[in-house]
Amino acid sequence: MPTLSLLAFLALWQGLAIYLNSNTLPTPVAVAKVFWQGCVSGQLPFHLGVTLLRLIVSFAIAMLLGCAIGIVLGRNKKLDAFFDNWLVIFLNVPALVTIILCYVWFGLVESAAILAVVINKLPNVIVTIREGTRALDQDLLDMARCYRFSKRKTLVHVIWPQLHPFVMGATRSGLALIWKIILVVELLGRSNGMGYQLHLFFQLFDVASILAYTVAFVAVIQLIELLILKPLDKKALRWRR
Amino acid sequence: MTDIQINISNKTYPTATKPSIEDLKLSLNSNEFTCLVGPSGCGKTTLLNIIAGLDNDYDGDILVGERHTHPKIGYIFQNPRLLPWRTVRENIELALDGNQSPEVIDELLEVMQLTAAQHVYPERLSLGMSRRVAIIRAFAVDPEVLLMDEPFVSLDAPTARQVRELLLKLWQQRPHTVLFVTHDLREAIALADRLIFLSASPMRVVSEVIVPIARNERGNELAIESFRQQLLKNHPEIKPLL
Repeated sequence: MPTLSLLAFLALWQGLAIYLNSNTLPTPVAVAKVFWQGCVSGQLPFHLGVTLLRLIVSFAIAMLLGCAIGIVLGRNKKLDAFFDNWLVIFLNVPALVTIILCYVWFGLVESAAILAVVINKLPNVIVTIREGTRALDQDLLDMARCYRFSKRKTLVHVIWPQLHPFVMGATRSGLALIWKIILVVELLGRSNGMGYQLHLFFQLFDVASILAYTVAFVAVIQLIELLILKPLDKKALRWRR
Repeated sequence: MTDIQINISNKTYPTATKPSIEDLKLSLNSNEFTCLVGPSGCGKTTLLNIIAGLDNDYDGDILVGERHTHPKIGYIFQNPRLLPWRTVRENIELALDGNQSPEVIDELLEVMQLTAAQHVYPERLSLGMSRRVAIIRAFAVDPEVLLMDEPFVSLDAPTARQVRELLLKLWQQRPHTVLFVTHDLREAIALADRLIFLSASPMRVVSEVIVPIARNERGNELAIESFRQQLLKNHPEIKPLL
């Protein structure tokens, strides 16, 4: 059924493109040709790789910091009350503002680009993990205290499995959000990456290349879902009926 | 094993107007099976949580031998509280602190008839089996006191009887100090060496009774019922507590 649905989408796209016969909507075949040329020239893999690297680094930092802070805030009411307003502020600062400020304060450098992405994603991770931590089963935590589990044992065997759905939720929404922010970061202040290239294609009105790069990136994200996230889910939830 | 003294002068919940527990003195003798019998809501679970160190908001003292500390405990809760993402064996292993030999788990699984289910996840167990896992986990840590909070509640009568018999078998093989909470007098008589009757609001000791029935007679319903009748006749003060 998913294959049939995808084929129907492609057929609709092809039909519409032929009907409109315009440069602004190239056919899937034309996009596939541009995609292949980009791969052969090495341009597409290079820029895609650069963007992916930025995505991995900023995602890892945001998830690690976000999980740690989220757990602490979820377990400590005083700290949570203190930092709650900070979270609301950072959640509502527009991504574009953070990116511009990071470039203004730290210059058009790689670390500023990564920092801008992390600052945009971090509050979402913190909020999601904090909610998960608040929902932890107190009975199981009491059991762990009774049997004198160490802090590490409690975290690994009692807390983390309960947070798994929240971590996966933050991961999926994080990947979707981060790559969109990264494109803006690259568009505004980097000389390589998907965002930089898309800006270039926009100036050239090259819609086929824009779509080819988009398809490539969406395919990579789908592969991450299929090859990493789904198996992780399966492994973590193997105890369910 | 060591005797344990529990002195709680006051335990009042922050939102309550009067204490839940007041001037409560309990003495748990080494390797003795003690049952606390009291009405629902009288604070029995609160008392167990205090002994377990889960509730430290009280005035009083717990003495384990000469030590002013909480005893090392094995706690069998009303709900078995097994980690659903760990197998039966992993649930037991996680409770061990490294001083106990893992072979003890094999022996305990065998006594409780769970060897075949040791690699199964708790979701696939019946409630009776889950309770047996919780009992194994509590014994496996070789505690100074075993706390049991109505562990057979919500089991059907035959299952409750089977788990009770297995518990007694295990306890006779591996004697430990037990503090067992129940509001079922027949169950208490079937299990205990000593019965302690508690009042509610605030909780106080009303009466203490030694159960004279021999261990090999505990499965005899007639003997249990006969002692229960005698108890109610000789100790009218416990009637309102049941």
